[in-house]
Amino acid sequence: MIRCREVVERLWTYLDGDLEEADRLAIEEHLRLCVRCCGETAFAKEIRNTLATRSRPKMPDDVQRLLEQFIEGLDAPKPNT
Amino acid sequence: MLGTIDRTSLQELARAELPGLYALARYLTHTPSAAEELVQDTMVRACRSFASLKDVEAGPKWLRVIMTNVWRDQLRRDGRRPEEVLVDPSPEPGRFSLYQTLADEDPLPWSDTLHVDFLGAFSAEDIHLVLERVPERYRVPLLLRYMDGFDTGEICELLSLPPGTVYSLLHRGRRHFERTLWEYANESGLLEQAAGAERPPRKEA
Repeated sequence: MIRCREVVERLWTYLDGDLEEADRLAIEEHLRLCVRCCGETAFAKEIRNTLATRSRPKMPDDVQRLLEQFIEGLDAPKPNT
Repeated sequence: MLGTIDRTSLQELARAELPGLYALARYLTHTPSAAEELVQDTMVRACRSFASLKDVEAGPKWLRVIMTNVWRDQLRRDGRRPEEVLVDPSPEPGRFSLYQTLADEDPLPWSDTLHVDFLGAFSAEDIHLVLERVPERYRVPLLLRYMDGFDTGEICELLSLPPGTVYSLLHRGRRHFERTLWEYANESGLLEQAAGAERPPRKEA
């Protein structure tokens, strides 16, 4: 069976679905038996969830207003002068 | 010039995606004004090529691809080659496990769910400040992957980098992010605040 260190090194790649099948199966076999690495896995999922849901910086109100105006005027016909 | 229907569709797409586009632009450019400019340049380019968007469902990713290309063009104009900006010449950073560090240091001794509570102590603004500290070469692939949902192959195409390089940048990026979460929590007093909030009230003598 592969060691904890190898599992931890490849955990995110495993969660990304980017491992070859043999490597994926080796990690899953390890996770069935190792409580510590299951904890690492759960924590890695939490960190990924944090990146997915809490990493967006808030848009300042004035920037939002300007960008909304810009979108409103996208490719709009120019008024006759 | 776009037709009225096309223009309305693009405007609807742009309005819906504005917070996400601004977020990516902010991480690519560092300042609100530069991010605003990048969003505008992205919209202008999107107008020009809107006819190439065959599937509206693909619109959110399509806009981000355009933004990344505009950003790469800006780097070139500034005399920086995107491939050099993103390639890491430094040796592999030292090993760091946030999971193990938290277990060893136990910064929230009253918590039964230490790891979850540690992450819960960070506000969205804190997470933004942590990511700002992660070097650009790691931050960009990390956010394209986990904030915007591009898969590894798509990131290779977006950044014109081979798969091995992208895997390496993502791997190092995760380590940097975890290490920076820990450093930021210690430096900012976040852990003391979280511990104080969780500490049970002291009994009267």
